[in-house]
Amino acid sequence: MLEIKNLHAKIEDKEILKGINLNVKAGEVHAIMGPNGSGKSTFASVIAGREDYVVNEGNIFLNNEDLDELAPEERAHKGIFMSFQYPVEIPGVTVTNFIKTAINETRKANGHEELPAKDMLKKIRETAQLLDIDRKFLSRSLNTGFSGGEKKRNEIFQMAMLEPKLAILDETDSGLDIDALKVVANGVNKLKSQDNAVIIITHYQRLLEYIVPDFVHVLHDGKIVKSGGPELALELEEKGYDWLK
Amino acid sequence: MDLKEKLAASFLAFENKVSVDTDSNVHDIRSNAFDHFEQHGFPTKKDEDWKYTSLNSILKHNYNVLPETEADVEFAAVKKFFLHEIDSYKIIFIDGVYSSFLSETSHDGYDICLLSAAFKKPKYKMVIDHYFDTLASNKSSITSLNTAFSKEGAYINIPKNTVVPKPIQIIHFSTGSEAEILLQPRNLLVVGENSHVQIIERHQSLSSNVVLTNSVTEIFANKNAIIDYYKVQNDEKTASLIDNTYVQQQQHSHVSVNTFSFGGNLTRNNLEFFQEGEHIDSTLNGITIIGEKQLVDNHTLVMHKYPNCESHELYKGIYFDKATGVFNGKVIVEKEAQKTNAFQQNNNILIDDGATINAKPQLEIFADDVKCSHGCTIGQLDTDALFYLRSRGIPKKEANGLLLYAFANDALDKIKIPELKTRITKLIAKKLGVDLGFDL
Repeated sequence: MLEIKNLHAKIEDKEILKGINLNVKAGEVHAIMGPNGSGKSTFASVIAGREDYVVNEGNIFLNNEDLDELAPEERAHKGIFMSFQYPVEIPGVTVTNFIKTAINETRKANGHEELPAKDMLKKIRETAQLLDIDRKFLSRSLNTGFSGGEKKRNEIFQMAMLEPKLAILDETDSGLDIDALKVVANGVNKLKSQDNAVIIITHYQRLLEYIVPDFVHVLHDGKIVKSGGPELALELEEKGYDWLK
Repeated sequence: MDLKEKLAASFLAFENKVSVDTDSNVHDIRSNAFDHFEQHGFPTKKDEDWKYTSLNSILKHNYNVLPETEADVEFAAVKKFFLHEIDSYKIIFIDGVYSSFLSETSHDGYDICLLSAAFKKPKYKMVIDHYFDTLASNKSSITSLNTAFSKEGAYINIPKNTVVPKPIQIIHFSTGSEAEILLQPRNLLVVGENSHVQIIERHQSLSSNVVLTNSVTEIFANKNAIIDYYKVQNDEKTASLIDNTYVQQQQHSHVSVNTFSFGGNLTRNNLEFFQEGEHIDSTLNGITIIGEKQLVDNHTLVMHKYPNCESHELYKGIYFDKATGVFNGKVIVEKEAQKTNAFQQNNNILIDDGATINAKPQLEIFADDVKCSHGCTIGQLDTDALFYLRSRGIPKKEANGLLLYAFANDALDKIKIPELKTRITKLIAKKLGVDLGFDL
């Protein structure tokens, strides 16, 4: 599904990604781990198409299509979703209205009609139920005054509504207590299927206790320095990152 | 003959014509006001208060300063300028002349009618003597010019313990019957103890002929009164407006003035609050969204004279193209005004390189036990936020629009008439050039 070849990316002449290779197949969960400053968040943003970064070498393919020239919204329309470490507050736009706009823009871009209001409401209701989200939450302004846990839960809600092919969770576990972490992990597990894939970007191993990855990769200084199975995460937890440098 | 000379020549003719109807007191007020205007003339950029806003280009026109033509306007043609979704009182003027056909006034328990009527009829004499021009007198040459030619406008007098059950719409239309017209409406609003009223005011040109409106409104809020005033400024690009609004508040009164400036050629709002008692709350809100070469200048003053009062001021501005914004927010806290809580915020976003904002918060605090805060920001759109929205599939243009809408939102939240809020929201969406994709 996702094929990344020798990816180099820089921001203002500072090279951050220095040749990443990664293959993610449908149905798989990959974890990218690494110390602060290793390029994890940059990696997520570059896949999602953030324009501040310049890809100066290498390619990203989604289902054999090169994403190079595509704007962030176009990548979203093709099924890439990124959950943010710091979701943005949008006062005056409710969670419901925001997700309606996002879904209908994606449908329009893919040549579909807008989803009828009745179907939209049904889908919102069902998804909220699946993720154990209070209906009142949906009429609040997007992320405005949300707690850290509410923001992350809202990210998972949007992911569930948008049904991406590839979901990238950037530090979704940061700032969450254990209960909030379980809620988020449950959501991801419920949405996981043989048709989609998940990349979890995290500093710590604890989220991986709840979402078990098929592969774990260690990012250091803009490169993947080690790959392995879920047991690698445990090893990292125990030994830290220093032994890999 | 320049405009000032023309006004001088017209003033005598005007006074001779209207003085028969009005009492000598008003006659004297007009004469004194004209002297004041003649002495000082139109403001220039040399005046500190007009440093960023030049009137030169709008004063060079050959205005008809005493328009008398009575033009007809069909309701269907102007319906969209009314907040017609709800029941309301209406005081409507066409080219400065009252339109009984479009209006809906009242004398039932309160007076919602015309200043010209109030000038003529003896039963209003006491109110006129007590209030008219007591607040606006000598405030500025341009206000004095309005006073000199004052003859028509809205007259609203609400006695004590009265809640006016529906909003009052004051709309000044100009039809383009004159190629270039100067309109000088004069409004007087007196709200008695414990009374409550909501006003929506609008100046609207119906053609692309040149219009200059120099409007003066005096507002008196007696003890415990509540007044919510909304100014909708979304005029043609050939229409300019100088709006002078003065508010005097007695103890425990709450007055809010909300100014929505979305269009016109040059718009200057002089908005001044004078607190004359304790426990007063004054609220000033503004949203400005303009582009091309438009200019909106908000000059505000809040005068805290007594202890235990509050003022809340929030102005948001979004400037496209080569538009210019000016914000000058003066707050004076006098020595006696202890325990004042004064808040001022002015946030601006410049979208294009050619856009300008001149922002000047001005706090003069002479009391020592007060809470005064002010903040002023000038920025661009947050790229993190933009990326967030786009990553959810929302295209750049719509994402920009949503963020700008969110930026203006807290000033929008203060609108207490839901139908008006919806209208303003739609106007904002239109101004931002986005279909927000849902009903707000």
